[in-house]
Amino acid sequence: MATRHSRSAARLMMAPAVILLLGWMLVPLTMTLYFSFKRYLPMRGDSLERGLDWVGFENYARFIGSSSFWPSVQATLLIVGGVLVITVILGILLAILLDQPFWGQGIVRILVIAPFFVMPTVSALVWKNMMMDPVNGMFAHLWRFFGAEPVSWMSDASVQSIILIVSWQWLPFATLILLTAIQSLDSEQLEAAEMDGAPVLARFFYIILPHLGRAITIVILIQTIFLLSIFAEIFVTTGGSFGTRTLTYLIFQRVVDSQNIGLGSAGGVYAIILANIVALFLMRIVGKNLDR
Amino acid sequence: MGRITLEKVSKSFGQVDVIPPLDLTIEDGEFVVFVGPSGCGKSTLLRLIAGLEDVTSGEIRIDGTDATGVPPAKRGLAMVFQSYALYPHMSVRKNIAFPLRMAGMDAAEQERRVTAAAAVLNLTDYLDRRPGQLSGGQRQRVAIGRAIVREPAAFLFDEPLSNLDAALRVGMRLEISELHARLRTTMIYVTHDQVEAMTMADKIVVLRAGNIEQVGTPLQLYRSPRNLFVAGFIGSPKMNLIGGAIAARHGAETIGIRPEHISVSAESGDWHGTVGVSEHLGSDTFFHVTCDGIPDPVTVRVGGEVDLHYGDDIWLSPDTSHLHRFDGQGLRVA
Repeated sequence: MATRHSRSAARLMMAPAVILLLGWMLVPLTMTLYFSFKRYLPMRGDSLERGLDWVGFENYARFIGSSSFWPSVQATLLIVGGVLVITVILGILLAILLDQPFWGQGIVRILVIAPFFVMPTVSALVWKNMMMDPVNGMFAHLWRFFGAEPVSWMSDASVQSIILIVSWQWLPFATLILLTAIQSLDSEQLEAAEMDGAPVLARFFYIILPHLGRAITIVILIQTIFLLSIFAEIFVTTGGSFGTRTLTYLIFQRVVDSQNIGLGSAGGVYAIILANIVALFLMRIVGKNLDR
Repeated sequence: MGRITLEKVSKSFGQVDVIPPLDLTIEDGEFVVFVGPSGCGKSTLLRLIAGLEDVTSGEIRIDGTDATGVPPAKRGLAMVFQSYALYPHMSVRKNIAFPLRMAGMDAAEQERRVTAAAAVLNLTDYLDRRPGQLSGGQRQRVAIGRAIVREPAAFLFDEPLSNLDAALRVGMRLEISELHARLRTTMIYVTHDQVEAMTMADKIVVLRAGNIEQVGTPLQLYRSPRNLFVAGFIGSPKMNLIGGAIAARHGAETIGIRPEHISVSAESGDWHGTVGVSEHLGSDTFFHVTCDGIPDPVTVRVGGEVDLHYGDDIWLSPDTSHLHRFDGQGLRVA
């Protein structure tokens, strides 16, 4: 296939897709960069037609200097990390469980995947009103049944609640990927380990877990990309209060609530930098794991 | 020590009886080969001995003690799998040391045993590689290394050579025989290849549908197969089995004559036929001869190179002292 002719033909045919993708990414990126150096307050009469004032790095300094910046970075990392830990650990356990032969396996597998198909807004609302409501929620009833004082989840355990909701959404994804990985494990390897005298836990740590290494890396990588930008779950539950204001949410507040597009854009650039730092770390782990 | 006794051992998967109750004794230091066509239960039998499958009924004894309910790791047996079952994320050294590590042996002793095993198996230069970087034969040797470091009472081999190419298979066959000669440990070897069985075994167990058809040394099976199945299974090329009038003339329902026990003549003989396909191997030549009154072509072995061609008329004479006679049930008639 690698003749010069076929290669140039391939480039030509890929060009539309590449150009479209580049445009899709580059236009918003340049606009964000452009606005981040401008004073742009639409409510005060600033507009593109009248020209925007160049303010240099003022927006950047203000965004990072705000008292809510570092807490928002912290909240972001806390939520992403928490969800990753919960989904990977529970995902491995669930995958092992679902790998066992049992009656009704097919239906159970479909049910396990179901939460992934529920829209984030809907699932967050269901959790907030049906499960976590301090008066009528299922948890409140459960707590009262055991004679305990119901927890007002959204205010007293807000970050934990968000982590719980998001974990519930992403657990199916992790389980599914890890299940397929477990199914690809050669059963003779487990039998060999059994003959070699490895008890159940040793078989898990020496054989199953290393075999899952690659799949776990992929789960972490893909989930991180999506978790850094979770928004709907926070918007419909706490609205960013009680320590759940992530970087994404802070940018949203700056742009929409405060109507300060320049400041929000500067925050967007910080978010890009944060995502790249995280991505750099992840790529190094992935590179190590995928190289074998 | 490794004397393994099976007493009325049977195995069923649900309604299907894979192995009807059978008795078998494997003496200490013996090289026993389980051979049979695929699906005959030979691997299942090996897994029953290993403890990877539970017996449905009966008793397995290793060195006189009942091992029926003992978990695989505690039976003192080591197994080499068809897929080698090496741990891909561990180096060769760690692979071989794994059973020792699981046994909680101290690091110096582990290292000593791994080095010794690697020297025996020519793996010293590969100890720090991963299984993925090794050839098929080397992987096979690592799997054997992992088995010998444990110094087991017996080795179990589950078709270990079937993933290797023909040339390598012959080499590994010799290496395993060599290993057995040196260690003098009981070995149980499962294969569907009768050549492997004939070349390696002290004792062959021929299985069909879970039943033991015959147990004996390779030459016992070759000289006096107990029934038609063993007669057809052992020996390469296959024994010629002839029924009908010709068999009746020799006082049997079916007669069997091996290709090497038929002499060829251009002028006279017992059976007249025409030469069909011939296979020239240099040392031997095999002719497939269509004979009058015999439905299937008769295979004949002639030593060296013989000037016979497709369509030639020849006469065949079986050596009556090597004629096998079978009755209506397919059993050998003395």
